[in-house]
Amino acid sequence: MSDTNLQKARARKERMLGSEAIIRSLEAEDVTICWGIPGGAILPLYDAFMAIDHTIEHVLVRHEQGAGHMAQGYARATGKVGVCIATSGPGATNLVTPIADAFLDSTPLVAITGQVPTHLIGTDAFQEADITGIVMPIVKHSFLVQKAEDIPKAIHEAFHIASTGRPGPVLVDIPKDLQLTEIDFEYVDTIDLVGYSAEFPRELEGVEAAADLIAHSRKPVLYVGGGVINGEASDDLILLAEALQVPVTTTLLAKGAFPDSHPLSVQMPGMHGSKYANWTIHRSDLLITVGARFDDRVTGKLDAFAPGAKIIHFDIDPAEVSKNRFADVSLVGELRTTLPALRDAVIARKDNAARVEAQGEWLRDVQSWKRDNPFRYKRGEKLKPQYVVEAFDKALKGKDAIWVTGVGQHQMWAAQFLSIDGPRRWLTSGGLGTMGFGVPAAIGAQQGCPDAYVVNFDGDGCFQMTMQELATARCYDVPAIHAVMNNGWLGMVRQWQELFHGERYSETNLFGTIPDFVQLAEAYGVLALRAETEAEVDAVVAEAIAARRPTVIDFRIDHEEKVYPMVPAGAASHEMIDQAWDNEWVEEGV
Amino acid sequence: MATPGHHTLSVLVENKPGVLSRVSGLFSRRGFNIDSLAVGPTERADRSVITIRVDCTRHSVEQVVKQLDKLIDVIRVLEVHPDMAIERELLLIKVQADATHRLEIMRMAEVFNARVVDAGADSLLLECVEHPDRLAALEELLAPYTIVEAVRTGRVAMTRASVANDEGRAPLRILG
Repeated sequence: MSDTNLQKARARKERMLGSEAIIRSLEAEDVTICWGIPGGAILPLYDAFMAIDHTIEHVLVRHEQGAGHMAQGYARATGKVGVCIATSGPGATNLVTPIADAFLDSTPLVAITGQVPTHLIGTDAFQEADITGIVMPIVKHSFLVQKAEDIPKAIHEAFHIASTGRPGPVLVDIPKDLQLTEIDFEYVDTIDLVGYSAEFPRELEGVEAAADLIAHSRKPVLYVGGGVINGEASDDLILLAEALQVPVTTTLLAKGAFPDSHPLSVQMPGMHGSKYANWTIHRSDLLITVGARFDDRVTGKLDAFAPGAKIIHFDIDPAEVSKNRFADVSLVGELRTTLPALRDAVIARKDNAARVEAQGEWLRDVQSWKRDNPFRYKRGEKLKPQYVVEAFDKALKGKDAIWVTGVGQHQMWAAQFLSIDGPRRWLTSGGLGTMGFGVPAAIGAQQGCPDAYVVNFDGDGCFQMTMQELATARCYDVPAIHAVMNNGWLGMVRQWQELFHGERYSETNLFGTIPDFVQLAEAYGVLALRAETEAEVDAVVAEAIAARRPTVIDFRIDHEEKVYPMVPAGAASHEMIDQAWDNEWVEEGV
Repeated sequence: MATPGHHTLSVLVENKPGVLSRVSGLFSRRGFNIDSLAVGPTERADRSVITIRVDCTRHSVEQVVKQLDKLIDVIRVLEVHPDMAIERELLLIKVQADATHRLEIMRMAEVFNARVVDAGADSLLLECVEHPDRLAALEELLAPYTIVEAVRTGRVAMTRASVANDEGRAPLRILG
């Protein structure tokens, strides 16, 4: 909360309705934009949006799931808390998917829901759902406000909890009668949560032990997760990596936390990661884990993951330490504190230069794997999705671009072939794997960063899950580009069916011409383009980037193209399968 | 590390609506089975203690403690070690007791410090507050007379008065 907004809120000691108090509280938390849809139990709040002067823009969406993902896209692109609003019952339950997504990817989100009046709670009233009960396993915390006077306190605590420590979603459920109750508004800046502390101990036990392990290691690697982005610690990470002179692998969520173009980067590990990242981890003798959580899509078979490595684990959440893999040394706390402390400790060692020298052979090995095994694909008669990704990557080089994706093959191709050099410029649904994330998240990101070029790589399956938000994009003139990789299939599922289910393509054919995405986009009044050849790709990419208006592009891609390399589910992470290569490969420089 | 064992957790919570669901829900969500659970007020009106008995590995109990500690309404989680604590549970048990067996059962109850709290024509209702192991022994001894009904509260625990505060009440949480 900024000082001026807080002072304004403190000075405001007038009587007002609970609904107005919600708006004043949001203002005090520096909220400038929120997403939602009105309905019966939240009507008083929407009435107040119109009745009083305030500084919050409300964006009317077409489905509450869209509101949630837009708030997420905004939060992840800007680092601020995203806010979404829904009515009781079905409005609230439509927020469940974005809340779960925010929980698994640690996104700061505050969801405000209307609830039936207090005297009807528990009676199965019209549009009543026990939303605090429903979301209990997927929120960082939730409030069911019991008294109108508690509204400012609940919202203040919700923002505090959502944005501090390991960020996450918080739901505030406010019965309709409380929104209509007059209260003496008082905004208090103190937090009264005895069971929650975002203050971390300043003593840095473990730093010297970590420096010892690094000094004795011959094959160290930095294994970096999304915590570095949430912790705003990218600069500290780069300084640490350069001091250590060790390879850096960034998980799907961490893409951009360490520059893809950096010579020390070995990019993404895991199921569709680079061969060199997985080999580096597999042969390493020390994993310096930073804000990552040993997810199964990274580790593959857990007990075969980095079998010879000791583990250093930096995290803000103590529950992640030794959850999936035992940590020999752990440092719990803010990465902006712990990473520089480790760097200082390493540099201070008088034999540090000798260590770098001794680890040089390892680094040279890693870099030769990287040189010899780039992500690659074969161009052919049919349009390849990787070519589309590269075309956007080249066209926006040097510009402030934010890349958003849905979930599936297109997501992996984007992760493999985009080169991203900064944090908060890659927004993807990693933990929950939410198809439909792309369109709304791109809209929210664009609204948070109006000057950036936002590109959503979506699949035709994903796109059809949330494409109604094109109406939102059109109404608010949000110029994000939605690049639909249309192969007419639920492509990733099809890939698994081809490889592991005897080519039985059960219920995965979507028929790529139904709907006609160009006609559909035109119906929404947005720019609609199509490309079926490489030459057309180059033309539509240039046109879309120049247009600066909401755009859908239907890329008709080869439906047989698969994502490689691949670690089959349950295999060890270095056992990657790949297709047979001949000599006609297009090698993507990495 | 992989051998299961019994662990008693004493969880101090803020007395807020839904707190019991949050705590018990966490166990089911993370796949931990609860053996017994008792909840009740403390010396402060705004706090409650939930005493939970789980059967799991040392690694699992460390995980569950850390996850519990992340709940906003949880103030402190303490694993109670049996040799440093007093553990008690209340048993109410109704036993078939016709005239021929009535005295026998009452004598047995005496040995276990159980009280007869109600009597019918052919049954007795006993109450016993004891260590849960002793309650199990009592139930076993009464079984041949036919137990009509039995209900237990779940254990509650407190570190011994002789254990220094710092030792016995040292919270297992990593954060301050």
